[in-house]
Amino acid sequence: MTAGPGRLEEPVVRFDRVTKLFERPGEGTFRAVDDLSLEIHAGTRVALLGKTGCGKSTMFNMIAGLLDPTEGTVTVNGRDPFREFDSFRGKLAVVFQNDRLLPWRTAIGNVEIGLEMLGLAPQERHDMAQRWLTQLGLGGHENDYPHALSGGMRQRVSIARAFATNAGLLLCDEPFSALDEITGQRLREEFVSLVREKRKTAVFITHSINEAFQIGDRIVVLKRPARIAYDVKISPDLDAAEKEAIRARILDELSA
Amino acid sequence: MSATAPRPNGAPPGAVAAARRYGEVVAPYLVLAAVWQLAALAFPSYLFPPLDAVLARFFAIVTSAKQFTDVLATLWRILAGLAGAFLIGGVIAFVMAQSRTMDRFLAPILTFFQGIPALSWVVFAIIWIHGIELRIFVIMVMTTLPAFTFQILGALRAISKDLFEMVLSFRPTRWGRFRVMVLPSILPDILTAWKVNLGNASRVVVVAELVGATGGIGYELLQQQQLFDMTGALAWTLQLVFFVLLVQRLLAWIETHAFRYRAASEHSL
Repeated sequence: MTAGPGRLEEPVVRFDRVTKLFERPGEGTFRAVDDLSLEIHAGTRVALLGKTGCGKSTMFNMIAGLLDPTEGTVTVNGRDPFREFDSFRGKLAVVFQNDRLLPWRTAIGNVEIGLEMLGLAPQERHDMAQRWLTQLGLGGHENDYPHALSGGMRQRVSIARAFATNAGLLLCDEPFSALDEITGQRLREEFVSLVREKRKTAVFITHSINEAFQIGDRIVVLKRPARIAYDVKISPDLDAAEKEAIRARILDELSA
Repeated sequence: MSATAPRPNGAPPGAVAAARRYGEVVAPYLVLAAVWQLAALAFPSYLFPPLDAVLARFFAIVTSAKQFTDVLATLWRILAGLAGAFLIGGVIAFVMAQSRTMDRFLAPILTFFQGIPALSWVVFAIIWIHGIELRIFVIMVMTTLPAFTFQILGALRAISKDLFEMVLSFRPTRWGRFRVMVLPSILPDILTAWKVNLGNASRVVVVAELVGATGGIGYELLQQQQLFDMTGALAWTLQLVFFVLLVQRLLAWIETHAFRYRAASEHSL
């Protein structure tokens, strides 16, 4: 988004003093997110890094509009993703940890889901889905059902599904963690290159420091309950010593 | 069989497989027919009439407009009753799936209804309702409604949360959600419910017609009983049996085509 003269660029995602509490029967209130403020600007790739249970998924669900904050406000492109849920149709796409393909749809049928929701004509959505499957190396597998595809291929279909809607914001919940290391690494590289090429804003949840370095141009380390412990930009110009220093700081924050 | 065993008449493997498949389908019926025919040879024909007499009577019914109207009336009653129970049960199941309060309120009522014998519904309907068609429709609906409702409710509750969340992330309309996620998820259970209830309905409709109608297969069976005509009783029964088999085949065909996405590895048995 381009800012007008004298106006700061509007963030794509903004958490403004957000707290999220969950009621647990018999255990009282659980604080998942604590007074968190965060801004994510257009075209950035932010890796949210934190230990299990630190509230990353809660943040993710609030951006996706699946959860409402208890206090504070979450906005995406200046609007409330929870209350204005339908207005984000086609503007936000999610890549989940597991592929979540509908077993009764072929690969191309799965990629078409988001396009169907956007009301595209059958031929148009078929062509678009076909293009994305080909781009992700799945040409010739369009009519295969998910059970006939390998784990890596299935995750490629789910990535094609997310990109096909041309949403400006991608939310990725550890999309490569269920894959073997080699497949995960290859897919991660392709994914980052696609995000760059298509100039998407992307929010990645990850447990892995290495993955955060490979994916993000910004790493946000969260402590439990979700508050920012460390927020650092990862410039491609960083030398090995600077990267090592950042890595050490991240490790410190995660083990604190 | 040894891998090198010669195929009969040198037939190609596809033909052998097809012959075996058809053989497996036909064999149980051939055995049943053979046993009946043996019984017909051993007992008087008024108890066990020979198969040719039964088949002749069967075709006489099919080719007689007046008699076949009775068959069609019964089939229509079965399908109408099942469709009614399916639609009402489907709506109730959706309401129960959406609201815990409604679930707590309706589940005991349905369980209570499930305990009422079909014959009791026949008696209630004869006392309450004068119109024959409405009477039979009510009997059919009331006897199959709880099963349809519980089966659809179970299917709705078994919808994958992960997949539902995925679909939701694309912000579907209510109709889009139903079309893309809900309907394909519950369709296998809906077909199973139809298969199970079809058998129940074909038994209930005969009882309902036997005591509460002036036409239909059940009514005709009553006539055969009064005439002590076993050939007629069998021929009329077979009309219903063939109908049930035909619809079961149709449902199996739909299953094969609609659920071709299922991997062979998904079948544990």
